[in-house]
Amino acid sequence: MRILKVVTSGVRLRHSILVVEKDMNKTRPKHLALHKIKLPLPGYVSILHRISGAILFLALPFLLAMFDQSLRSIETFTNFAEYLDRALAKLILIGLMWAFLHHFFAGLRYLAIDLHLLHGLSGARASSRWVLVLSLALTVVLGVKLW
Amino acid sequence: MVNRIVTGAHYGLRDWLAQRVSAVVMAVYVLALAGWALLQPAFGYDVWTELFSGNLMRSFSLLFLLSLFYHAWIGVRDIVMDYVKPASVRLLIHVLVILALILYAIWAVQILWGL
Repeated sequence: MRILKVVTSGVRLRHSILVVEKDMNKTRPKHLALHKIKLPLPGYVSILHRISGAILFLALPFLLAMFDQSLRSIETFTNFAEYLDRALAKLILIGLMWAFLHHFFAGLRYLAIDLHLLHGLSGARASSRWVLVLSLALTVVLGVKLW
Repeated sequence: MVNRIVTGAHYGLRDWLAQRVSAVVMAVYVLALAGWALLQPAFGYDVWTELFSGNLMRSFSLLFLLSLFYHAWIGVRDIVMDYVKPASVRLLIHVLVILALILYAIWAVQILWGL
């Protein structure tokens, strides 16, 4: 490891940028070290949008089956309601509710971005916080109601 | 103009647009359904089936579900393209996802009109 350059601003060393040359071929990671990457808030909203979308896709056959059961007859409707009375079923449903709500609000945020309704870094960060807070808050409200 | 190789896929604008149009359709439907749910004093089987008894509601529900399946296809395709590197596995997953979504669409029609 060898220091190539030290850039300083002004007399005082307020901002110094060390450009360090490591043994590039050896230390450069071949894969992204995901646990070392610290994402900004919009980055978390983005990856959670993807994860929640994947969860919702995988849940599709179960959601369709639930829709089917709820409409087919009064017996299947009652069975379904009784089945949902279990704690595990409720927990799964609350998890799916979060996935939906996050995907919904994050999706609305992307539509707003496409329409140039959000400006700059502060807009991106504030809207990301809104997405995370709103989806979690609504999940809690609906979760409490379901329980 | 850049000389691009166009075999295998189109440029993606159609998918980009379809993703957003389907999203708007779903958002409108979900908000309408949420509004309806908030207006119901009591919920039960009768109220629930009454909602889906008309052809208009059934049609809009099918439009919502078809939008959902198309939306899901584009999303899953993007995820698979990003993370699944071997072309054969990617193709296999794509085919399975498409077949599943077509089956879901048939199922959706049966649920909505087979009451």
